[in-house]
Amino acid sequence: MNEKAITCKGLTKRFGDFIAVDNISFEVNTGEIFGFLGANGAGKTTAMRMLCGLSFPSSGEATVAGYDVFTKQESIKKNIGYMSQKFSLYENLTVKENIRFYGGIYGLTNAELKEKGEGLINKLGLHSESKKLVGELPLGWKQKLAFSVAIIHQPKIVFLDEPTGGVDPVTRRQFWDLIYDAADSGITIFVTTHYMDEAEYCNRISIMVDGRIDALDTPANLKQQYKAETMDEVFYALARGAKRSAD
Amino acid sequence: MRTLRFLLEKEFKQIFRDKGLLPVIFIMPVIQLLIMPLAANFDVKNINLAVIDHDHSSYSQQLLSKIGSSGYFHITGNAASFPEAMKQIESEEADIIIEIPANFEEQLIKEGAEPIYLAADAINGTKAGLGSSYLNTILADFNSEIRMKLLPQQANTGIDIRSSDWFNPYLNYRIYMVPGILVILVTMVCGFIAALNIVKEKEVGTIEQINVTPVKKWEFIMGKMIPFWIIGMIDFTIGLLIARLVYGIIPVGNLFLLYGFLSVYLVALLGFGLLISTYSDTQLQAMFVAFFFIIIFILMSGLFISVDNMPVWGKVIARLSPVTYFIDVMRMIILKGSGFSDIKIPLLIEIAFAVILNGWAIFNYRKTA
Repeated sequence: MNEKAITCKGLTKRFGDFIAVDNISFEVNTGEIFGFLGANGAGKTTAMRMLCGLSFPSSGEATVAGYDVFTKQESIKKNIGYMSQKFSLYENLTVKENIRFYGGIYGLTNAELKEKGEGLINKLGLHSESKKLVGELPLGWKQKLAFSVAIIHQPKIVFLDEPTGGVDPVTRRQFWDLIYDAADSGITIFVTTHYMDEAEYCNRISIMVDGRIDALDTPANLKQQYKAETMDEVFYALARGAKRSAD
Repeated sequence: MRTLRFLLEKEFKQIFRDKGLLPVIFIMPVIQLLIMPLAANFDVKNINLAVIDHDHSSYSQQLLSKIGSSGYFHITGNAASFPEAMKQIESEEADIIIEIPANFEEQLIKEGAEPIYLAADAINGTKAGLGSSYLNTILADFNSEIRMKLLPQQANTGIDIRSSDWFNPYLNYRIYMVPGILVILVTMVCGFIAALNIVKEKEVGTIEQINVTPVKKWEFIMGKMIPFWIIGMIDFTIGLLIARLVYGIIPVGNLFLLYGFLSVYLVALLGFGLLISTYSDTQLQAMFVAFFFIIIFILMSGLFISVDNMPVWGKVIARLSPVTYFIDVMRMIILKGSGFSDIKIPLLIEIAFAVILNGWAIFNYRKTA
């Protein structure tokens, strides 16, 4: 019934005098890969936390998977996956135990846990590591695992906050293969990144500057609009106007 | 309920995998329970006594040998004058000076009375106070012996006080202290672990991942509470076994009643720990806040200082601590064999603590900030 995975109208978050997210409005279509770009401190994470039901908006309105972010956070949480900037798996649990735990609290049955768990380990090629503590894995593997765990319950939307920060180019490429697979299976992807090559992989992108969304379109249209060869140039053109100092 | 099972499974795996935490939970209390009761002994023995005997009579010798044989005093030596004895106090060789005047024997026989001068080093207040009072008792005793000899017809006048000490007939300090120390150990272990645990998840960032899942608040809190509750029960049981095997303390009262009270107490204590963790952002913060309160709880709990002897404000603080009631009930059940009707009121108060602290913690834990 709902074509839109996320709708957002005049969404604002204030911390005292500081307006972290300033009256942003946009929509994300179901099945889309939506890139959410912006310099450090532009307000991306704050906006994402509001959409995930982790933080109350100060004003405006928004729905995620058809549920209101003011009143239906717990319903939203059943329908989304989230991968935060901070690594969020338990480092002192093994790969298998993490999968079992997160699958379990999302309500997967034992049969599903077994099937999904094995499928996931196969897909990531983590057979020999499945009984290792997650803390012992290299960062790239951790991130791939964290993403796979974030979508283990086949959510409608998954929010990824700089999932490839600090990851090598080969692993980043593999990570995006996973994202495409997830998108193919019908999961809407909402992703923030600082890598402009990754921005090109998105269906549409928005660029946040000082808490506002200054541009929103397909990568091709944006390049045309800003008469730029690459997304890098588009980003510079917009981010240069920022008044807020980066963190 | 299924969710809770997964939370518990995860929590237990993490606890038993934590090589730093396990000794803190299981070994530390054992060691402390073996050492602390031996040190926490308020019996004052080995009081060093400096003697100035100006009389050198047979009475003064009798008195000194009576003091020496009491077992509480160690006569460090004779001093010729008070300043000389004072030097012994200053160099901490002596705790108390006893000065016997010249003509002590003569005056005692002639006048029936002669003052003796005692001076105590009050820097160690306990030693000074108890030492002086022991000496007073010995002197009174000596006094009546002499009177009996000199004036046999008057010997049986006066009131003879005989007291007997119930529930701990030999006034053994350990019997009194061990149950209380056991409470403190369970309090420290469970209080700190509960306070630090959620904050650790905050620091690492995993709590945000939990907050974005459909896990309910009560499920999460129960998932944290139940493992530590079980640990508290195990620690207490180990402690009770040590009390029995090492100190020979066998609870006189009903064990079910004791464990019933313990189970409520642990819920209150863990609620307190969780409450601190909801207000703290780092483990360091939680540690200091927990430390602040637990020190007050321990000092005001009646373990070392009887609550009845505290000033009014002290009593108020003592009554606001869940630890106070448990120490009280421990002593009542273990030493006196008190029954349910005796501990009904502390139990109700402890239940109130449990409800308020946990309610507050659950209220203050926000999945959406």
